Amino acid sequence: MTLALTLALVGLLMALAIWTVVARDTFAAVTGFVPYGLLLTLAWLQLRAVDVAMTEAAIGAGLTGVLLIAAAARLRATETPAWAERPGLATRVLAAIVSAAVAAGIGACVLLLPDPAPSLAPAVVENIAATGVGNPITAVLMSFRAMDTLLEAIVLLLGLVGVWSLAPDRFWGGRPGPAPTEDPNSILGYLARVLPPIGIVVGVYILWVGADHPGGKFQGATVLAAMWLLVMMAGLSDAPAVDRRWVRIALAGGPGAFIAVGLLGSVIAGAFLGYPEAFAKPLIVVIEAALLPSLAVTLALLLTGPPSRKDSSE
Amino acid sequence: MNTPTLLGLCAAVLIGLGLYGLIVSPHPLRKIMAFNVMGNGIFLVAAVIARRGAGAGMGGDPVPQALLITALVVAFAASALGVALVLRLFEETGSASLTAPDAAPRTPPSESEV
Repeated sequence: MTLALTLALVGLLMALAIWTVVARDTFAAVTGFVPYGLLLTLAWLQLRAVDVAMTEAAIGAGLTGVLLIAAAARLRATETPAWAERPGLATRVLAAIVSAAVAAGIGACVLLLPDPAPSLAPAVVENIAATGVGNPITAVLMSFRAMDTLLEAIVLLLGLVGVWSLAPDRFWGGRPGPAPTEDPNSILGYLARVLPPIGIVVGVYILWVGADHPGGKFQGATVLAAMWLLVMMAGLSDAPAVDRRWVRIALAGGPGAFIAVGLLGSVIAGAFLGYPEAFAKPLIVVIEAALLPSLAVTLALLLTGPPSRKDSSE
Repeated sequence: MNTPTLLGLCAAVLIGLGLYGLIVSPHPLRKIMAFNVMGNGIFLVAAVIARRGAGAGMGGDPVPQALLITALVVAFAASALGVALVLRLFEETGSASLTAPDAAPRTPPSESEV
């Protein structure tokens, strides 16, 4: 039964992936990409990776989908010229052969994976008590591999610096996206008033429950970012000017707190990002709580793009 | 054939499809999408490896699973940066072509940058 479900899932995934790659119209390709991302969520669930499934649904399908839909709509005019630049049949056949060879090689590797599989699960079980959290994923993200998570938070920030650096000089310090135009009777405006109170509670709950159950700051932050984006898209609130002090503090606060706790660890626990056992859980909660608003603001501003108009409120 | 192996083979196909799209799609936005499909395939292989490492009462090895969450978030940041680059290229040149400017017809920049 499960195998039949998996077969159906694999069939749908492949069909949508092919559509995403070969569809002539970019907008049509994007409409295939979003359900493809949602179906991937089911693949993560079948592989017992619930935390990854939540991240995929929120970020992989949700935020990436919004990003691509917005870009495809703006790039409509470039469709036809781009299609004319399509490589010739010989190149396409060669590319297909190379890609098929790569896929076959990886497929062979999957079939030849060592048995029994190497695993760090026993090591995690042995040491999870020292972290004070019950969700092994959170223990790995915030304790055993905390360095990766710190660097990831910084990579997100660098990504935003990269996006902002694409702003023309004359708009620097301005606001991203189009100026808000609110239609008070639109259904979007209604949703943007009704959903955020619920979404904020859900986002904070996902963060809190992540200590012991699937969830965590990335999934929670994405829900919060989505709520803010909804309010901005409905025109109820303008995107902030990028030189606002509160924006900068919100962006740098989470990684800053993470680094501060890390340095504290090198003084009192003898290692950067080391936590004394008695305080492990409080310190993890402090870092996660500080990261939540930073990640939410970073993700939302990554989507709104570089500043594109002058700040008229000045 | 069990579920992880089947999804592993699906992942291999996704990587191949993504690579093909990355090579043949002339539009940079389509290249970003193809790159995402390829990335999904790679993540799926990692998740299959994590599932095979199930043990000690866990459904999968939590270390690769946690790294996958990191990977998904970083992939989104990279896509956002890529899309911003394409949109800026479009604003500057009026086209989204990756062909060298002297080979492709190019409209002059609409506004001068000072």
